[in-house]
Amino acid sequence: MRFDYHTRYRDSFKLFSHASERLLYGALIGALLLLPLVGSAFVLGELAYVFILCIASLGLMLLTGFTGQVSLGHAAFVAIGAYAHAWLMSKGAPMLVSIPLAGLITGFAGLLLGLPAIRVSGLYLAMVSMAFAIIVEQLIGQWSSVTGGFTGMAVEPARIGNWSLSSPAAFYYLCLLVLLAVFFALLNLLRSAIGRAFMGVRDSEAAAYSLGIHVQAVKISAFALSAGVTGIAGALIAHHLQYLTPDGFTLLLSLELVLMVVIGGLGSLRGALLGAVLISMLPLAISRIKPLLPGQMATQFGLEIFIFGLTLALFVLFEPNGLNGRWLKLRALLQSFPLYRRDTFKRQKRYMKSERYR
Amino acid sequence: MSDSVQVFGQLTANGITVGAIYALVALGVVLIYKATEVLNFAHGDLLVIAAFSAWGLITVLGLPFWLALLLTVVFTAAIAYALDAWVIRRIAGQPQFAGVMLTIALAFMIRGLVSMAFGPESRNYATPWSNSTTNIAGLQIADLQLVILGMAMAVTVVLYFFFRHTRLGIAMQAASQNQLAAYLNGVRVKQVNSLVWALAGAIAALAGVLLAPITLVDTTLWLVTLKALAALVLGGFGSIPGAIVGGLLIGLVEQYAGVYMPEGTKDIVAYLVLIGVLIFRPHGLLGEAHGRRV
Amino acid sequence: MSPLSNTQPLLQVRDLSLTFGGVRAIAGLDMQVHAGEVLAIIGPNGAGKTSTLNAITRVFDVSGGEILFKGQDLARVPRQRIARFGIARTFQNIELFDAATVMDNLLLGRHRFGHGQWWQQLLRTPAVTRMEEAARAEAESVIEFLDLSPWRNSLVSSLPYGVRKVVELGRALCTRPELLFLDEPASGLNPEETRELAFWIDDLRTDLGITVVMVEHDMSLVSAVADRVICMAQGAVLAQGTPAQVQNDPAVISAYLGT
Repeated sequence: MRFDYHTRYRDSFKLFSHASERLLYGALIGALLLLPLVGSAFVLGELAYVFILCIASLGLMLLTGFTGQVSLGHAAFVAIGAYAHAWLMSKGAPMLVSIPLAGLITGFAGLLLGLPAIRVSGLYLAMVSMAFAIIVEQLIGQWSSVTGGFTGMAVEPARIGNWSLSSPAAFYYLCLLVLLAVFFALLNLLRSAIGRAFMGVRDSEAAAYSLGIHVQAVKISAFALSAGVTGIAGALIAHHLQYLTPDGFTLLLSLELVLMVVIGGLGSLRGALLGAVLISMLPLAISRIKPLLPGQMATQFGLEIFIFGLTLALFVLFEPNGLNGRWLKLRALLQSFPLYRRDTFKRQKRYMKSERYR
Repeated sequence: MSDSVQVFGQLTANGITVGAIYALVALGVVLIYKATEVLNFAHGDLLVIAAFSAWGLITVLGLPFWLALLLTVVFTAAIAYALDAWVIRRIAGQPQFAGVMLTIALAFMIRGLVSMAFGPESRNYATPWSNSTTNIAGLQIADLQLVILGMAMAVTVVLYFFFRHTRLGIAMQAASQNQLAAYLNGVRVKQVNSLVWALAGAIAALAGVLLAPITLVDTTLWLVTLKALAALVLGGFGSIPGAIVGGLLIGLVEQYAGVYMPEGTKDIVAYLVLIGVLIFRPHGLLGEAHGRRV
Repeated sequence: MSPLSNTQPLLQVRDLSLTFGGVRAIAGLDMQVHAGEVLAIIGPNGAGKTSTLNAITRVFDVSGGEILFKGQDLARVPRQRIARFGIARTFQNIELFDAATVMDNLLLGRHRFGHGQWWQQLLRTPAVTRMEEAARAEAESVIEFLDLSPWRNSLVSSLPYGVRKVVELGRALCTRPELLFLDEPASGLNPEETRELAFWIDDLRTDLGITVVMVEHDMSLVSAVADRVICMAQGAVLAQGTPAQVQNDPAVISAYLGT
């Protein structure tokens, strides 16, 4: 069993309050930092892509998991970040300036979506965000002078000054460092007043208003911040893809991101990371089992989509708290062993209550 | 008739017929939404199932069109019933978001299965009205489109009488407003909800079988769901007449935008309307305004 | 804000009216709340009691009339600025943040006080940690006042109903209010919890100097703790006075209390 022995009051709300946590997470980060010394180029390339999706997933989690605003159109922000970054670099901006700037531009786009979006909620917001994504996809295709239209746009290779970052190891470190920076920044934000305000808006707007929280400003900030983080992921994805076309950022990508946050577990950053890792590893796993399937069933696209759907359905039905929920249950089991009771997390039967009057 | 009036008339005719499709699809979605507050993102995929089934029955088995239509409707209704009974029912009581996620998951699964089973090529099949058009007041309208329009109107009328004057219809309304109270009044809510799904599936089948010859039989058929959502929003969410009105209006707006507005607007105008309506008049044209009591 | 003179009421409502479509929820309401008192608002369902609360805390926009708090008109103040005036409230259907712990709920009550800039929060500077500690210290004092220590780190969703009501009260107290509105605080509580609530409301007034206005149906609580009672019916005041006076008023008896 685990006991916390705190000597100062502030120890109780520290980030890693227990030594075993510090050890575990420190070892994980250390392993990731040392991986390029032993990993192949393929592995590093795959992991860099996973890190990029983790960043995008964190962005969406912030909006949907923590502020309760559904978005089925986040691929639009990935696209805006990618194109903005590619365009800025093509105009000569150094990469270290261009990535944050692309994030800011995307954040501004998020603000623009947020302004109308705060007037709707739930299902309606889901539809508005989906419509927004489709419109953005079309606009990117139409605005050929800047984006190269439907034929696409090449991306300059990553570099800082004259030092190229396009080698697998260098790009891996770039993505890892950006991920760690974003992750810890969000972790801090969510432990503080702003983060609590996000969650307050998610759980009860009426109460939030009565406590002096400017609900509309909070929602708009959440949109802007979420878009900005996702835009940074977009900027990195531009280097990963090396050639941008509008059909790399379709509704399917939006739904993949939603899958990540839902399967990961709404309301936790750990969940965002777990979900991103699972969803990005899934195509890899699928391509491994494809040779085992009868001829026609191996049509790549159909099988992938089916497995995505199946995974989501299984999680929604049997583990609504996602991978993070599983993690917490496992942790509870280990922490309270041998006093763990099997029905600790049993769910109760509920009747549908109309949300029309929410 | 002068040229521009002719063009306008043709556009209007096209708009109404395209809008009738959107209306039919929207009807199916709004039925399920009214009953269970679940927005069925898999509705378009029911259309896909229907289209592929019809193709199989007509082209592979060589059955006559009407028989194939009937069998497809029954088959799709059965699948929709099964979806609700075996899958959707399990998340009763969970927040709306879970329902949305589950239907999205089902949509993926159906699309994936169909892709795997049938491959990526588009197919087609013959209907009694393919390649024949009628001339009404100088406007050319494809016969198939007239049939679609007629079907949409027939379905609307049938639904109206169904909900007003049959026990099952009233039971559906009761279950949609307060599940627990409906239970306590002897309504077998679970079965009623599954029947609503079956009904929606039947409507989707009608829409799918009639639409596929126009847009070809492949999995992109599901995209019409998005337009149907725009129609629902415009007409007023949760309102059955609203679904019809919204569908027709979206159809018209699209056709006009194709000619009278800049290049490329036609593809996004439905979504612009969706966003615009939700911002300025969230309850649409015919829907009810909702608020929360604190 | 003008300083409060001894004769000026803390809150003054003049000729308030609130209509929803064709329904007049409040029709020409005149009401005064004096600093340091406990005022109870009673009345049948539909009398407009909760609507009055919602109107004053700006959940709804009033159709006419004035709401003067320490001389300032609140009728056009944005909803989220009410807390800054020192007005707090609880809700009829508990509006707690279910996914958070009790401590987090109380910390959200401290939101209107400074917590550092956004970039300071991102970097978790020592200044932010100190402000967090200060906020927690305040929350701890409320926890001690309301005996919530056993549940300090529990998720609200796992708490029994009575405890949740107390948590909501605690969260309102964290905002350091001068005027506290309680919407049916005793509904759903057993007699023992109601007696505890009476003691707390009394302590609020005596120890913390908070003015309390409560909408209530439980006459035992009203008689035990209220200084003054207003009975509303059909959107306006029917009778007011001490609990004993109002309970014996014939109009009140026929409209609400019965014999």
